[in-house]
Amino acid sequence: MNANAKLRADLVLASRFENIEVAERALVDLCHRAGFADDEEYWLVTALREAVANAVRHGNQQDPERLVRIAYTIANSTVTIRVEDEGKGFDPDDIPDPTDPENLLLPSGRGIFYMRQFMNRVDFGSTATGGTSVVMVKDFASNDKDRPGVSG
Amino acid sequence: MKSNIRDVGDTRIIELGGKITIGTGDVKIRELISEALDDDKKDILFDLGDVTAIDSSGIGEMVACYTTVTKRGGQLKLMHLSPKINDILQVTQLITVFEVYDDEREALGSF
Repeated sequence: MNANAKLRADLVLASRFENIEVAERALVDLCHRAGFADDEEYWLVTALREAVANAVRHGNQQDPERLVRIAYTIANSTVTIRVEDEGKGFDPDDIPDPTDPENLLLPSGRGIFYMRQFMNRVDFGSTATGGTSVVMVKDFASNDKDRPGVSG
Repeated sequence: MKSNIRDVGDTRIIELGGKITIGTGDVKIRELISEALDDDKKDILFDLGDVTAIDSSGIGEMVACYTTVTKRGGQLKLMHLSPKINDILQVTQLITVFEVYDDEREALGSF
C-alpha cells in the first residue's frame, strides 16, 4: 500500500440494487490508486456492499426516488466509508446475533455482522433528516489478525 | 451469476460462478433449487468453485435453500470452496451447518 495516499470521493446513488455495483467500482478504483492489496480490497468491498444494500433495502425501501450518499476517504493506511440513507433509522441492537446457534438457520440478519467482521469499527448514527448513517473504518496498520482480510 | 446443471445418478450438481449477491444471484439460486425439487432431485451439490463473492443475502438464500431441501427429505451440500468463501462460512459459523467437500467423487459418495 502507498503510505502517503490521501484520496477522497463522494457518490450519490438512486436506491437500486444494481447501483451497489457502481459503489463497488468507485471503491475498487480508489483502492487501486491507493495501492491496496487484492485481499484488502476484497474485504472492504464486502463490507461496503452490505452497507449500501442495507441503505437501499431497509433504509430507503428500494424507492429509487430516495438517495444513498457514500463518502470514501483513504488517508495513509486508514479507509473510512460513510453511507447514509433517507429512511426512518433503526436500532442496530435489535438485530440478533446471527452466530447464535438458534439463529444460524435464519435467512437474514447477517449484513451488519458482515460489516463488523470485515472492518475495524462500525458506528451507526442518524442523519439530519432521521435516516441512518453508518461509518465504517478499516486501518490496515492495526494488528487485528483474527479477522479475515487483515494481513497483519 | 453463472450456473450450470449436471445430474450424476440421483444427485444434481449445480455449478455456480461469479457473484451470489443481492437482487440477482440470491434469487437465481432459489430458482435453481426449486427447479431441482420439481425434477425430483433432492440430493443437491452446490459447486462453488467459480464463485467470487457471496454477500449476506447470498448466504441467507443458501441457508433458506438448505432448509427447503432438508424439509423435503433431501440434502444440500457444498463443494470446491475458495479460501475467501471458506472464510465467510467460517466467520458466519455456517461451516457447522453445511457439509463441505473438496473432491467431487467423495461428495457424491456422501449422499
